Amino acid sequence: MSNELEHEGSSILPVQQTSTEVNTPVSVLPPHVLRRADIDPIAATRAERQVSIMFLLSALFTLLAIVSFIAIPVDQYVRVPGAGVTQASNLAVGFTLGMAILLIGLGAIHWAKKLMPDEEVTDSRHSFSSSKEIRQSVMEEIRLGGQESGFATRKIVRRSLLTALALLPLPAVVLALDFGPTPKNELRSTLWGKGVRLVTDPTGRLLRPEDFQVGSLVSAHPENLHDWEEENHNLNARAKTPILVVRMSPEELRSTQGEGWDYQGIVAFSKVCTHVGCPIALYEHRTHHLLCPCHQSTFDLADSANVVFGPAARRLPQLPISVDSEGYLIAQSDFQEPVGPSFWERG
Amino acid sequence: MSTNRKTLKLSRFRKHPAAILVVLLVGLFTTGGLYSVGANAANKMTGREAVVDIESIMSDPASIDQGNRLFATGCATCHGLKAQGTSDGPTLIGVGAASVHFQVATGRMPMGAPGAQVMRKKPIYSEEQSLQLAAYVASLSPGPAIPTDEQLDWMDAELAEGGELFRSNCAQCHAFAGRGGALTEGKYAPSLMLATPIQIYEAMITGPQAMPIFNDKTLTVEEKQAVIKYIEYLKDSPNPGGLELGRYGPVTEGLFLFTIVIGALIAAAIWIGVKAK
Repeated sequence: MSNELEHEGSSILPVQQTSTEVNTPVSVLPPHVLRRADIDPIAATRAERQVSIMFLLSALFTLLAIVSFIAIPVDQYVRVPGAGVTQASNLAVGFTLGMAILLIGLGAIHWAKKLMPDEEVTDSRHSFSSSKEIRQSVMEEIRLGGQESGFATRKIVRRSLLTALALLPLPAVVLALDFGPTPKNELRSTLWGKGVRLVTDPTGRLLRPEDFQVGSLVSAHPENLHDWEEENHNLNARAKTPILVVRMSPEELRSTQGEGWDYQGIVAFSKVCTHVGCPIALYEHRTHHLLCPCHQSTFDLADSANVVFGPAARRLPQLPISVDSEGYLIAQSDFQEPVGPSFWERG
Repeated sequence: MSTNRKTLKLSRFRKHPAAILVVLLVGLFTTGGLYSVGANAANKMTGREAVVDIESIMSDPASIDQGNRLFATGCATCHGLKAQGTSDGPTLIGVGAASVHFQVATGRMPMGAPGAQVMRKKPIYSEEQSLQLAAYVASLSPGPAIPTDEQLDWMDAELAEGGELFRSNCAQCHAFAGRGGALTEGKYAPSLMLATPIQIYEAMITGPQAMPIFNDKTLTVEEKQAVIKYIEYLKDSPNPGGLELGRYGPVTEGLFLFTIVIGALIAAAIWIGVKAK
């Protein structure tokens, strides 16, 4: 039977092994060792029993899976040592179904390893290239085809076909140029503007400078954000406006991105990382460092949010803030540069 | 080693190819199981504090005196005899009772050795002594006070609001499940699983180590109570899917898949390939 594996592809080859002694090729295979089940009928019976027990256990686990799915309520939890409190139904159904599948696999492999025939067989590779005659006849057919189709002689057909083929990719280029509207100037402006009040995120409370003490940190967004979202039904403004407001003592403030942009040591910066746009709020109030959790870019908020570490190439845009006549914190203007990561047209 | 006793049936299998694996698994599960039992017991102990009347200790004038004595022996080496600070430790003027109680009751102070991060450990002072130290430091200069029972009344707070506040104010450092995370240069935000409600409140108003301050104006008392309620919920929430793997998300899950699961698959592939005897 091992002979049958030999024939394919090897018929064209100059014959190397036509003999029937396939089990003794020039290989380095170790001598065939018989297994216990091959010699000892008792061992064979035992292996047979083991395999069938595994299959029957699998059947039992399948039934148990159905029973546990029906019997165990989904809101029942059990404490499993090492795993903590977990849902009993998930655990039982998962375990029984897993065992059912695993035991079929284990049984099948045990069967194959212990009882199925295991003679070693070699199957020589055939040559990868076709024979010389086949190659010649193929080339002849190609030449003949070219001649009979008249591709070389009928110039007008050939040229019109080439024209058609050359024009075919053009629609793809035109379509690719029109992937939705361009963002225009949307990336350069946000909802912040002169006199827009700061409110806490997510509670929406107005903020006063006296609410802050040195070391305070507040996530904020513009007061008009909710109205804008109700009107426009999208999250674009929310993605651009979030800021972090912190207070440090004015003498700790080494620089700001403009004159009078802080209010008595309260500074506000865009919360969107200039690297790839993760929201940043890991603020260490003693070092004034702000760490981005995604790629560890670190910004020094006491020094205009300049980058002190990491892949970010640009400082965080600062929002100039002030106080209105009622004593609430307001923005003096929009950000002076686009927030978030760089983009193609940013310049 | 009872190699000669034929009655010991288990020893029949000691040369079986799977014996090492079985012994290893039994050992791992036993130690893991014992550890988790022990760890749970330890958790319960630290969650339950000795019941002391905070108000009466803080208002008792004798506490200041007692605290002064404790301070002189335990803290003055680094913080100075009058808590004015030295080159080894910051001034404690104006830090308030809440800060002292937080640092001492969580075992962070007195600290063992200076380093990037002062770690939580078993407290050295009793709850009463921590309060006496707090009373002494508070007597030097006003600062954030230890939260009152009213402020700590978190049981009826809004859990959903707490979750929202936690995710926008705390999760960036303490991670979404409150298990902590890395900061810069060796500092880290600790896990909140051992922090008691009073300690969470004190940390928010005093901003220990790298943590910014969330005073009662920027995060109101009700909002703090909601945050505490959410953290208490996180401590007790079950794992419907089984192993939580520290609740660090894809990092530990990926590590588990790449080491344990792929390791098991490789072992299975080897078993399939080995010729049977």
